[in-house]
Parts: sequence; structure tokens; C-alpha cells
Amino acid sequence: MNNKQRSPLFHIAKRSALRWYSAWAIRGGAVLLALVVCGVITSQVTGEDPIAVYKAIFEGSFGSSRKAWVLLQNIAMLLCVSLAVTPAFRMRCWNLGAEGQALAGALAAAACMILLGPKLPNGAVILCMIVTSILAGAIWAGIPAFFKAKWNTNETLFTLMMNYVATQLVSYYCVVWESPKGSGNIGIINPNTQIGWFPSIAGQKYLLNILVVALVCVAMYVYLNYSKHGYEIAVVGESERTARYVGIKVERVIIRTMLLSGAVCGLAGLLLVGSTNHTLTPTLVEGRGFTAVMVSWLAKFNPIWMILTSFLLVFLSRGAGEIATNFGLNSSFGDILTGVILFFIIGSEFFINYEIHFRKSGEKEETSNV
Amino acid sequence: MKKIIALLLALVMVVALAACGKTAEPQATAEPTFPFDNDSTPFDTSTLTTDEVAKIKVGFIFLHDETSTYDLNFMTAAREACTGLGMVEGEDFLIKTNIPEGQECYDAAAELVDAGCNIIFADSFGHESYMIQAAKEFPEVQFCHATGTQAHSAGVANYHNAFATIFEGRYLGGVVAGMKLNEMIANGEISAEEAKIGYVGAYPYAEVKSGYTSFFLGARSVCPSATMEVTFTNSWYDPTLEKEGAIKLINNGCVLISEHADSMGAPTECESKGIPFVFYNGSAKADCPNTYLVASRINWVAFLQVMIGRVAKGEVLNGDWTGNLANGAVELVDLNEAVAAEGTAAKVEEVKAALVNGSVKVFDTSTFTVGGETLTSYLADVNDLGTFTPDTEVVSDGYFHESEYRSAPYFDVDIDGITIIDK
Repeated sequence: MNNKQRSPLFHIAKRSALRWYSAWAIRGGAVLLALVVCGVITSQVTGEDPIAVYKAIFEGSFGSSRKAWVLLQNIAMLLCVSLAVTPAFRMRCWNLGAEGQALAGALAAAACMILLGPKLPNGAVILCMIVTSILAGAIWAGIPAFFKAKWNTNETLFTLMMNYVATQLVSYYCVVWESPKGSGNIGIINPNTQIGWFPSIAGQKYLLNILVVALVCVAMYVYLNYSKHGYEIAVVGESERTARYVGIKVERVIIRTMLLSGAVCGLAGLLLVGSTNHTLTPTLVEGRGFTAVMVSWLAKFNPIWMILTSFLLVFLSRGAGEIATNFGLNSSFGDILTGVILFFIIGSEFFINYEIHFRKSGEKEETSNV
Repeated sequence: MKKIIALLLALVMVVALAACGKTAEPQATAEPTFPFDNDSTPFDTSTLTTDEVAKIKVGFIFLHDETSTYDLNFMTAAREACTGLGMVEGEDFLIKTNIPEGQECYDAAAELVDAGCNIIFADSFGHESYMIQAAKEFPEVQFCHATGTQAHSAGVANYHNAFATIFEGRYLGGVVAGMKLNEMIANGEISAEEAKIGYVGAYPYAEVKSGYTSFFLGARSVCPSATMEVTFTNSWYDPTLEKEGAIKLINNGCVLISEHADSMGAPTECESKGIPFVFYNGSAKADCPNTYLVASRINWVAFLQVMIGRVAKGEVLNGDWTGNLANGAVELVDLNEAVAAEGTAAKVEEVKAALVNGSVKVFDTSTFTVGGETLTSYLADVNDLGTFTPDTEVVSDGYFHESEYRSAPYFDVDIDGITIIDK
């Protein structure tokens, strides 16, 4: 019979607060390690030179000024959707419906361009687009919020399902407004009159989006950290009962925050239709509503850090496209590298929050001789 | 709440002010002209010198990657045409995959221009508007778009469309199907009245309608009792919907399936149910050895050679280029002798020769009726100005002149004998 007690090979303990530079050293180490692993995978699986692959990834984002602008535009759009979901997330309300809310906004904007385009002057059409798309996004988030506040329905499932409704609705209108007939494709709206197209600032057609999102980012940071609403959101997120106890109207905060969340999503849809794409397709938002969850979470719901995390994700996906083109690899290979890098980055958070104690060599005999 | 409203109002003001700054200037476009510039001449690549090829850099924009049979077919042709000229992928020709039908297409095209491409191809219908946008911005680069409709009337000199008379290929596929139906009738597996074909289509759009109608006419030319049911998925690529479409048709009593959508959804269902099918874009013999009959496909190599070759020679490109059976752009590939009826190969050769020499026309108006009447006149929307105005008489000399006035199909007539089961 063996009833000796053994101490485990290692055990995990929660760390007390880590100094910021140690935390960043761990994160930096994780990225380096990820790059090494990706390098090994690249050279073993494809036979390409890993350094050349990294160079291509970098060039995918910074290879030319156009690529840099596209990078900034993509960051802006991903950041916009991420900013949108953040207030709800801080409240521990999992709004997974950003995709649908942005599509609802996009649908409203496109509807204004198509239906009001021939009737109203350009300025009035743009004004209608702004109001209706922000409203549409807010309504799309408001419906699940109302049900949650009133009957405590599960917002995760509800918002998720609202995505499908929005996608189908957009598909329907793509057929209603299709050109040519039967193709299910709207094409560029008002290509000749350019009614409802947002103006480009200083000749850069993406600058407007970037500035608007930068503004939203700062506003969101201030709102969440320095306003009474932001404080209420934080309290509700920590504990609904505490919030009730201190006299916060939890239902009101839930609805208000989700409306804000949806409104910013609507804004993202508006920018996608009015400023860049000038069209409407069911895939217009391109999954940003889901990527946004990761962006927001990786940045610990901090709007300023989210600039960095959305940069990281867009940088990796642009790089994935570039290596697919340069090396004739399937773009899934780029996705594999992105997956490896994200795995290490998310994994590094574990080592920041916990430390691992290994069994000391002397300890073994000590315990086994009890 | 006040802050949100203040924020929104501020935004509204910013955009509104910016909007006021620029009054929408109506674009001064000249009255468009519609020259008849659709040709189908092949290009002899052996006339190209290495110097001429060295000047050329080609860019490709694809909607999906290799998982889509349509994109795979195009991608294979791209690699074949370019490497055939001694070009190296990643240096002399660049391929961008998974480019959505939106602003990304314009960005991708612009990036290819930055990378030094003189000729850029895009393969998906929805890319067209963005290709035209890029063509207007970079007049020194040639932009070629497959399956689009607007080059004929857009008035942009460096923008071109291409398609192929794939309806002829589908007609031949229909002949293979009709022979199979006859065999099934002769074997007593079905009665003549049960010879019902099912067709999984993408969109109720001319390209698809032209395709299934020609397939049906081909089948009926050898099996007179054949009828057809069509269902649409409203997507070019959706394996689940295509599979469900096939299930629906098989449950409705269809004994043979064909399709015009870009996944393996329908074929895998046919293989598991033992229903023979005619495929599109490429062979499925390896995956479905027991039910795959034959596939029609567009061989884009001829088209790519024409465009790249003429640019290398410094020649002007036409608005439209149409591939056909004669120039090798339309093919019937990989006939599965194990499944097809006896004598199919010989019959296909016979009909193909008749199509090439013009003695048989696919849309011969004596072979079909519309609402019980023979079609004697049809105005098609050949000049695509976004207004859906029928503008060109396309029925004459006893047949419907498909893909003659421009490359993209415009046959969108619902003929008798074909039932669309979901509208």
C-alpha cells in the first residue's frame, strides 16, 4: 500500500498585482515565442523562408501609402464596432449582436440613398442617413435589451439570433433593389450623382471614417471612465444587487447602455455604406461584430487599448492576405499563423494572472518520508 | 443621455458641414455609344517574344479560394495561362483570393496597380462596379472582368468584359442527360412521363436562366418527354443550401440533377442517393464515381491569353470577348463512361460539330414555346445602364441570338416545360 503523500509536480497560484513592466515583458515574450513557432511551422510546412514571410506580413500593412490607408480604415471600422460592444460588456451584458446592429444601420443608410436619393438634395439625404442608421442600430440592440430588462431573457442568445434576422432582411432588400434583375446584387448606389456619398477629406476617402472613429473612441473613453453613466455601468457589471441597493435603476441602465451600443454599431454601418462601400450586401460587416468581441476583451474593455488590439488583428489579417498573394499559399495559411499568434497572446494573460510553483527538488523526499 | 445626444449632434454637424463643403458635381459624361465590339478571336501566344512578356505583370482578384469550384476553375486557368508564358507566381503574376464584392475589390485592384500590374482580372459578378471605379482612376491599366454586363455600355476604354457561350456547353451536357434518361426509360427504371430533371440554380438571373434553359433544351432534343424543375439558392456559393435544393428536387421526383452554383453540395447529395447528375466548372468523377455523368466548364485560358497577349503586343482590347466551342473556351470534360448511356460520346461529338458549324442553334425558336406561343421577337436589356430598359431585338433568323450582342448572357425567358418551384 502506498499512502505516502506526494506534493504535485507544480501548482498554480493567483499572482498578486504584477508590475506593469513585468506584465509587458511576459506579453512581449509571448509574441516573440509565437513568431518563432510560426517560423518553424512556415519553414516545415511550406518550405518558405520565415523571414521573408514576416517581411510580407509587414508589407501587407505598410508596403505602400495606399496599404497604410487601407490598414487605418480597417482598424477604424473594427475599432468602431469594438467600441460599440464595450459599454455593454463592461456591464457584463454580452452583446453578440454587433454584426446585426451594424447591418441594420447599413440597411437604413442604403435605403435613404436609394429611396430618397432622387427626391432630396444631397445634404438632406446624408442627414437622413445619419439619423436613421444610428436609430436602426439602436433599435436592433434595444429589442433584446428591453426583453432582458423586463423578463431577464438571455441577451447572448437573443442578440446572436437578431444577427440572422438582420442578415436575412438585408438579403431580402438586396433582391428588392437588385441591379440587374435577378442577380441579388445592388452594385454601387447612385454611381453618377454620388448622392448620399460622404465627402472625402483632403482627397483621402478613408480619412473621414478614421477621424469619426477616433472621436468616438475618445468620447467612449471619457464616457466610460469619467461620467456618472460610466460609473453606473461599472457598478451594474460588478453586482446587480449592489447597484439596486445604492439606488441605480438597473433596467434603465441596461436599456440605455444597449441603445448606446446599438447606436455606435449603426454608426459603423453608416460609415461602411455612406463612406466606403456605397453598396449593401449581407456580408458587408464581414464578421467584425464577432472579431470585436476579441478586440474588446483583449484590451480589457479599455477603449484606448482597443486601438492597439484592433491594429494587431487587422495587421495580421492584412498580412495573411499578402503572404497568400506573394507565396501562392492559400489564405488559410495566414489564418493559421494568426491563430498561433493569438493563442500565445491570450495564453500570456494566464501567466500574468497566475504563477506556477514547481516542486522543489528537496521537497520530494521530505514529503514522501512522512 | 445628454452626452450621447450631444455626441450625435456633434457628429451630425461635422458630417453635414463637410457635406456642404462639396456640392455634388454631376459627372460630365458624354452621350454613351454602343459599338458592336464583341469578338471571339483567339490569340496565338507563340507570336509573343520574351521581351513582350517581360513587360507584362498580371493581377487576379478572386471572390473565394480553391474551395469554390468556380474560383478553382478560374484560378487553375490563371496559373496555366501565366506559367505557360513563362511567368512566375508572386513575381510576374499575383493572385488575391477571398476578395469580397465591395470596396475591398477596389482596394485590391488599386494595390495590384501599385504592385506594377498592367492588366487585372476579377472573376465575380459583384466585383464589376468596383473594377469600373478602378478602371476610371487608372486609365493606363487594363481591367478585365468575367461575367459582367457593363463594358458594352460603360464607355470606359480600359474596362472589358468576358464570358463564354457556356449555354452551348450546357446544351451538350443536356444531351448527355437526355441519353441517360432514355436509357433509364428503356431499362424500365422510370416511365417516359417520369423523366423529370432537377436543377439547382444560384440566382433567377439571365446567366442562370440561360444556363438551365439550354441544358433542358439539350436534354429534350434527345428525350422528348423530359421536363424540368428549378430551385434557386440565392447565393453563388452555399454548400448547405445547394444540398437542400438537391434534396427538395429529388423528393419532388426528379431523377436526374444538374446545377449552376459553385459548391459540391448538390453532387455529394446525388452520390449518396444514387441520382445521376451533370456538373459545372470541373469534373467531380473522383468524388462521385457512381453518379457523376459529365461536366461543362468555361476554360478561361483562351480568354486570358487573348487579353494578356494583346496587352503585351500593345493592341487595343475590345469591350467584350466571348469564348465558344470553336476557340476552346467552352468544354465538356471528363465524361464518366461507367454512368453515361451507351453511345453518348459519339452523340456528343455529332451535336458539338453541328453547333460549331451552326447547323444546330441552342435557342432555335422552333424547339420551344413561351406561354404556348413561338417566340418571334424579344427585346433584351443588352445595354446595361441600370435602368432595365429592353433595348435590342435579339430574335431573328429563327433563333435567339444569345451572347452575340455582348458577352454576358441576356436570355431570361421562362419557356414551357420548366417549372420554377420557388419564386
